[in-house]
Amino acid sequence: MATDTRRAVVDLLGRYGILLAFLLQVLIFSQLSPYFMTGENLLNVSLQASINAIIAAGMTFVILTAGIDLSVGSVVALAGIVATTVCKVDLPFPLNIGAGIAAGLLFGTLSGLGGGLFVTRFRITPFIITLALMTIWRGAAFVVTDGRPVWELPAEFASLGGGRLGGIPVPTIVMLAVYAVAHVVLTRTRFGRYVYAVGGNIEAARLAGVRPQRILLAVYAISGVLSAVSGILLASRMNSGQPNAGGMYELDAIAAVVVGGTSLQGGRGTLVGTFIGAMLIAVLRNGLNLMNVSSYLQQVIVGLVILLATMIDQAKKT
Amino acid sequence: MIPDPDSRSLLEMCGIVKEYPGVTALRGVSFDVRSGEVHCLVGENGAGKSTLTGILAGAVRRTAGDIFVEGRSTDIASPIDALRRGIGMIYQESRLVPELTVAENIALGREPRSAGGVLIDRAAVRRIAEKVLSDLGEDIPVTARARDLDSAQQQIVEIAKAFARDLRVLVLDEPTAALTEREKLRLFALIRGVQAKGTGIIYISHRLEEIFEIGDRVTVLRDGEAVGTRDVADVDRAALIRMMVGRDLDKEYPKEDAERGAPLLELRDLSTRDVHNVSFAVHAGEIFGIAGLIGSGKVELSRALFGEQRSTGGALYIDGTAAEFSSPADAIAKGVALLTEDRNALGLLMNMSVAENITLSSLGAHRRRGFVNRAMEQRTAEAYTALLKIKTPSSDTSVAALSGGNRQKVILARWLNTGAKVLVFNEPTAGVDVGAKFEIYTHIVRLAKEGKAVVLLSSDLPELLGMCDRIGVMCHGRMTGILEREKATQENIMELATPDDTGARHGN
Repeated sequence: MATDTRRAVVDLLGRYGILLAFLLQVLIFSQLSPYFMTGENLLNVSLQASINAIIAAGMTFVILTAGIDLSVGSVVALAGIVATTVCKVDLPFPLNIGAGIAAGLLFGTLSGLGGGLFVTRFRITPFIITLALMTIWRGAAFVVTDGRPVWELPAEFASLGGGRLGGIPVPTIVMLAVYAVAHVVLTRTRFGRYVYAVGGNIEAARLAGVRPQRILLAVYAISGVLSAVSGILLASRMNSGQPNAGGMYELDAIAAVVVGGTSLQGGRGTLVGTFIGAMLIAVLRNGLNLMNVSSYLQQVIVGLVILLATMIDQAKKT
Repeated sequence: MIPDPDSRSLLEMCGIVKEYPGVTALRGVSFDVRSGEVHCLVGENGAGKSTLTGILAGAVRRTAGDIFVEGRSTDIASPIDALRRGIGMIYQESRLVPELTVAENIALGREPRSAGGVLIDRAAVRRIAEKVLSDLGEDIPVTARARDLDSAQQQIVEIAKAFARDLRVLVLDEPTAALTEREKLRLFALIRGVQAKGTGIIYISHRLEEIFEIGDRVTVLRDGEAVGTRDVADVDRAALIRMMVGRDLDKEYPKEDAERGAPLLELRDLSTRDVHNVSFAVHAGEIFGIAGLIGSGKVELSRALFGEQRSTGGALYIDGTAAEFSSPADAIAKGVALLTEDRNALGLLMNMSVAENITLSSLGAHRRRGFVNRAMEQRTAEAYTALLKIKTPSSDTSVAALSGGNRQKVILARWLNTGAKVLVFNEPTAGVDVGAKFEIYTHIVRLAKEGKAVVLLSSDLPELLGMCDRIGVMCHGRMTGILEREKATQENIMELATPDDTGARHGN
C-alpha cells in the first residue's frame, strides 16, 4: 500500500511536476509582492517571456528529433537586421513593413534549411553545424552593419513589438498563436507523429516508411523561421536592428524545453511542457526583479531552479 | 561430479547449464579438452556455442555445472580469472588496440615495470614480444602498429598475446572468417605448432571442411545440448550435418496449401553490393523460404527488396511491373513490407503506444481533413489487437511494456494494415515463445491463403521446412539453389548453405 501511494505521488509529480512547480512559484511571488498578481504585471511577464517562448517552440521540434539548434540567438540578430534593413526601402506602408517581415522570415527559413541540409546530406552532427551557423551569422550581423545598429525605421515598425491589440501586447498574441498552431501540428498531423518517430528511433522510423531526411529538414526550418519571428519582434521592440541582439538566447530556449520535460535524447516531450518551462523562467525573473534581487544573484537562482525542475522530471523515469 | 582420475583432460566441463530469463541456452553440456588436441565445436546459430565458450572465457556465468582445470574444480568469475587459469579466447574480429604496437599489445595489461614500478620497461616489453613471436616461428616486427597488420598477422599477434600469458587452453572462435586461403593455411600451421607444445585447443567454425583439416575430435551442439562427441576420423560431412540439424518434424507448423496465383515478386539476376545475380519468383499464395548462414547475404537480400541497397544489375518486379526503390518508403508505397530481424532496434518505436506503432506505416489513411484522427487510429489498433490476440492492457499502452511475442504481433499488425502484397519476414520467430510462434505461423499461412506473396527468411531450418513451399539457399551472396518442398531436407539445405572452399573463393 505504502509503495502504491509513493508510486502515485511520483507519478503525479512526473506528470504535473513542472506545472506544480510553476503554480508554487506564482503563489510564493504573489505573497511576497503585492504588485506581482496585477494584470499589468502578468501581461508584462507574458511579453518578456514571448521572445524566448517562440524560439523554444521551434527548439522543441528540433530536440524531439534528438537534435539541437545553437544558431537561434544569432538568427534572431540577423533576422532583425534583415527585416529592419529591408523595411527602410522606399515602399508605401504597409508594403515596406510586409517586405521587411517577409525578408526576415525568409532568412530564418533558409538558415534552418541550410543547417538541416548539413545534418541530413553531409551527416554533420546538429551541435557542430548549428554552432558553426551561430558563429557565422553573428559575425555576419556585425559585418553587414559595420557593428552599428540599423536605425531610422518607418514609424509603424515599432508597433509590431510594442503595440497592443485589445490591451494585450502583440508579441504575447504572436506567442499564443505560435503555440496553438505548433501544438496542433505536433499532436494532430502525420508530420508531428513522424517527428516523434524520428526522435525515438531514426532507423526504425525509416524502415517503417518515414523519410527522416525530410522531417529533419523541416524541424530545422521551423526552428529557423520561429527564431526569425522572435528576431523581428525584438528588433521592433528596440526600434532598431541590433547586431548583438539575441546573445545566449539559445541557452534560454534549451532551458525552457528541458525544464518543460522534453528529453534531449529525442522522442519524448510536449509543447505544453515547453510553454510552462518558458513561463516558469520568465515568472522567476520577474518575481526576483520585483523583490529587488540583484541580477547577478538572479542568474544563480535561475540556474538552480532549472536544475531542480529537471530533477523533478527525472523522478518519473526512476 | 568427479572427473575421471586418468583423464588426460586439461579442461573439463560437466553438466553445464545456463539459463537466461525465459530461455535455457545450455541444458547440461559436458565437454573436455585434452592436452595437445584440437577439439572442434559445431552447431547451428543459437545452438549454444558462444554461451559455452563465454562461460570458459569468464564473460558469462553458468547457472549450474562444474568446471575442472587440470583436475581441480574451478570457478571462472571474470575474463581476468579465465586468463589466470590459463584459458584464452581469440575472437573472429581482432581485439587488438589499433594504435599500439605489436609488442605493446602483447604486453597489454601486464606490462613489466621499471623505476620502482612507475614506468613501463619498454625494452622488456619488446624482449617478451620478440621471444613469444620467435617461439611461434613468426617474424612480425614488434614495433609495427597493430592497425598496419593484415588480418592474418593480427590473428597471430592475438595468439602470441595468449601465449605470453602461458595459456593451457586456447579457444578460437571462427578464426578464419576474415582470412584468405593462404592466411588460413598459415594459421593452421601455427595451430599445429601450438598443439605440439601440449596446449589444448577449442576450435569453433561454420566451415565444416576445416574441421576435417585441423580437428582431432568434434562435439556437436544443438538446442543447448551436446548431441555427441566423435573422433574426426570416424565421421563424415553428411554425418556431421545430420547431427547438427537432425530433429524430427511434428505438427509444429500449421502449413496449408494455398492456391498459387500470379507472380507478385520477381527477381531477375538482381545484384547489389552484397548479393549477386539472384533470380527467383514468389507467386500469390506462396511462402518462399530463404536459408543461409550468417554472412550468406540473406539479410542483405531482404534489404535489397526494400530499397535499402541500390541494385547494380538485374531487375525487380512487383506484381508484374518493374520497380526500383530508393527508400523503404518507396517499397511500402508499392506494396512491399519488411519485418526486420531485430524488432526492438529496427522495428518498434519504444517511445510510442501500441496504437501509434500499428498505424505508423499507414498514417495517411488515418487522417480526416489532413489531421490524424485518433478515433480511427483506436479502431484500427483495437481491430488488430483482437485479430492477432495482442495481449496489452490498452492500445494506449507503451509498446515497451509488451512481451516479445506481442511486440512481434504489433509489427505484424503495422504491416498488415499497409495492405502489402509482398511480405518479407526476417526471423519472425526469433526470441518468441512457442505459443506465440504457432500464432505467427498461423497468420503467415493465412496471408498466403489471402493471396499474398510471403518471403520467409530464417536460420531455423525446421521452420523453413515446415512452412515453405520452396526454399532458396544463399551462400556468399549468391542463391546456390532453390529446393521444392518435397525435395528439401535439412541436409541438402546445409549442403547448399555451407561454403566448400572452391565455392568460397568464387563468391568473393
